[in-house]
Amino acid sequence: MTVKPLAMTETSEIDAIDRQIIAATQSGLPLSRNPYHDIARQLDLDVNDVLQRMQNMLDNGIIRRIGVIPNHYKLGYKSNGMSVWNIPEEKISQLGKLVGALDFVSHCYQRPRFLPEWPYNLFAMVHGKTHDEVIEKVATIAALLGDDNRGHKILFSTKILKKTGLRIR
Amino acid sequence: MILHSLDRKIINHLQGGFPLTENPWDELSRQLDIPVDEMICRVERMTSEGILSRFGPIYNAEKMGGGLTLAAMKVATERFDEMTDIVNSFDEVAHNYARDHELNMWFVIATETPEQITQVISKIEKKTGLKVFNMPKQEEYFLELKFEV
Repeated sequence: MTVKPLAMTETSEIDAIDRQIIAATQSGLPLSRNPYHDIARQLDLDVNDVLQRMQNMLDNGIIRRIGVIPNHYKLGYKSNGMSVWNIPEEKISQLGKLVGALDFVSHCYQRPRFLPEWPYNLFAMVHGKTHDEVIEKVATIAALLGDDNRGHKILFSTKILKKTGLRIR
Repeated sequence: MILHSLDRKIINHLQGGFPLTENPWDELSRQLDIPVDEMICRVERMTSEGILSRFGPIYNAEKMGGGLTLAAMKVATERFDEMTDIVNSFDEVAHNYARDHELNMWFVIATETPEQITQVISKIEKKTGLKVFNMPKQEEYFLELKFEV
């Protein structure tokens, strides 16, 4: 997708040079001794400019973090279940943070309900080595939520139908 | 998969903490007490083996002005393959998973602008004849950098 700075409260301004840095690093940093120097050389920029611009993007959340992403599946976490929860609106902020902080939850979001068929407003992705382990971990979440859990389900993925990375041009 | 203790140490430390400095590896080398070349070599090997799916900055597409949502559909079993082809034919559909529920197809839509999300959803509804349940995130509650290996 093309990156366009929008006049939105959630959106931070980035300029053409930032976009070049994004394009040069979105599929990863070079595995060299001085990766930022290499990016700077490639873009004909000063390394301090690259570092400063990336620091700004880190500060305003355009870069979530810099590091590695382990592949859950390769590390033996072969099962993933999307657990979905029906939580009272007034408690969701407090309980969402609690669930999101658990080390086996990789993503945790509040999403809209579709009543009556879809009463679930909290989504937590749970990873485990087996289905049973995911079920066990979901039971841990249920125990944590107690009476504030008005119903939950685990949706296991049965097949990956498409998987392409998000791309910025 | 059994990981070497140094690989483990590197993964756990590097999930959120690759320094943004002129000589990032030197800094890490001091912190973790592993020689620079050995660290680079291990990260390189783990990347090529697929143990690491990425090394570098992780960007937040929405902060750059893009639209992103999670959508779901109820698809009849006998039409599942046909509907999968239609949904997957949209470039804006980044991921698509079959899941064991009445809402059995779950996909992520990513667009250049937030407004385009509704347009893509209407197109998918028109082409499939099915209702798309649009479930954009309203709040985010995860820390993301804590997958201990």
